[in-house]
Amino acid sequence: METSKLIESAAKAVENSPDMISLLFILALAVFLGFELIAKVPSTLHTPLMSGANAISGITIVGAIMVLNNAGTNQTAQILGAAALGFAAVNVVGGYLVTDRMLGMFSKKAKKPEDKA
Amino acid sequence: MITGIAYVIASALFVIGIKLLSSPDTARRGNMVSAGGMLLAILVTLIDCSGTSLAWVASAVAIGGLIGGIAAQRVEMTSMPEMVALFNGSGGAASLLVGCAEFVRAPESSWTVLLPISLAIVIGGVTTTGSLIAYGKLSGKISTAPFQFTGQGLVNGLLLAATVVCCVLFSLTLGEGSLDSARMNLLIALVVLSLVIGVTAVIPIGGGDMPVVISLLNSYSGLAACAAGFVILNNVLIVAGALVGASGIILTVIMCKAMNRSLSNVLFSGFGSAATSGGGTAIEGEAKPITPEDAYYVLEAARSVLFVPGYGMAVAQAQHVVKELAAILEENGCEVRFAIHPVAGRMPGHMNVLLAEAQVPYEMLVEPDDVNPTMENVDVGIVIGANDVVNPAARTDESSPIYGMPIIDIDRARSVFVLKRSMRSGFAGIQNPLFFCENTRMLFGDAKDSISNLAAEFKD
Repeated sequence: METSKLIESAAKAVENSPDMISLLFILALAVFLGFELIAKVPSTLHTPLMSGANAISGITIVGAIMVLNNAGTNQTAQILGAAALGFAAVNVVGGYLVTDRMLGMFSKKAKKPEDKA
Repeated sequence: MITGIAYVIASALFVIGIKLLSSPDTARRGNMVSAGGMLLAILVTLIDCSGTSLAWVASAVAIGGLIGGIAAQRVEMTSMPEMVALFNGSGGAASLLVGCAEFVRAPESSWTVLLPISLAIVIGGVTTTGSLIAYGKLSGKISTAPFQFTGQGLVNGLLLAATVVCCVLFSLTLGEGSLDSARMNLLIALVVLSLVIGVTAVIPIGGGDMPVVISLLNSYSGLAACAAGFVILNNVLIVAGALVGASGIILTVIMCKAMNRSLSNVLFSGFGSAATSGGGTAIEGEAKPITPEDAYYVLEAARSVLFVPGYGMAVAQAQHVVKELAAILEENGCEVRFAIHPVAGRMPGHMNVLLAEAQVPYEMLVEPDDVNPTMENVDVGIVIGANDVVNPAARTDESSPIYGMPIIDIDRARSVFVLKRSMRSGFAGIQNPLFFCENTRMLFGDAKDSISNLAAEFKD
């Protein structure tokens, strides 16, 4: 009984959503892509990588907007959604700005002494 | 449809952005591309969610954006690890709140929604308080020493077990309507448990291991975003979250390898506490001091100089005078390089950013593997505020707690200057035989003053 209900609800969820399985596919592929991409980042850039990645994790801001939109007249949901939005905004704005500030400092050698010789 | 396509483009922009980070030349552009992706995703969502009260959105974004923006402009490069920890924590809090808000809005969802909600809450909660504790330790607001008590492992294990049970009950017990209040209680329990676990998990970890902790929390904040993506069934959250999760895990692994320790050893052993620092053979010998004048004569004749900076350089704010001395040496016809150990500083790549701030070109920065094979050709090695990463005991003394850790073999350079305030042992409390080597000279005093004195000697 329990199991059949579980399967039923799962089936319903899959039907109503953009395919749970394909989202899991996306997740698996994105993880592998992430490993490949990030393994190539040189250690010089690990701090900006971390703060830049941190800014990307602020993508929760999209979730916060959607939750706020769906909240309707439910005041608790509205307040929680707005708080989520605020925190995500700190993450996104702060993360990208501080990364940009850091990367602006990385400079190449202006002139190599060997070149003069 | 259009929203979906925009999300695909945003995801692609994130990927391209990270790809451009693989070279310092294109990295800044990469960050902008990534920010463009974020902006696109936000705008499209706002258009799609036209029913949202704009007043709510505008005020929340304005307040959050202002706080983040000001913090980003003001932060000192030395304090970058603290800043990243705080941003991490706020990302975690956002995921936690999204999970809560979604449950409050639609409590009778199926388990396929409830399970991601519980995961977003747990991972987000652990990230939030874990990051706050990491911030406290990094900024010195709470003791950097590992905080341990007997039965700590048991307490953490019980907390974790309770969380798993709550997750299962919350998402898998079926029934409509009547169970709502029970579910609400479980939700509150999950929030409290995850916040507590964040504290208890990070508090036993010493300040020297913070690079690992920050990397791991970075990964968690991505995973929390991923879980939030499954809550609202949104692919851009899943892709972005997975990229961040992968990035954090890779950095964590690099940090652990650089210390020759397993992740579980870092997380649970309380490295640097009294129990672990007892090891190591006592060292016989006398450290030989040197005056700036004598150091100058050695440096004047040197053809190859290798700086080894550590966190002490950041504390003394010596990076600018170091750059000045490096420029003088180069003008003198000397080859100058900086050897950066992966765990130097308080977060991955921290030294690189500090030297970049002092306008040291990144071509001058080398990794231990590049420089160790040719160490015999280095005339002078200058160790500034680094200790454990140049400790030869890691190679030779099996009883040393850091035995086996890859180090910069500066003791094999022709001569070594160690800049140090006093003969105190380093962060992990381990004796360093480098100070007693035949070719080592100690330049006592504040690192910034010592380097300025050296630079002044050249000018005279």
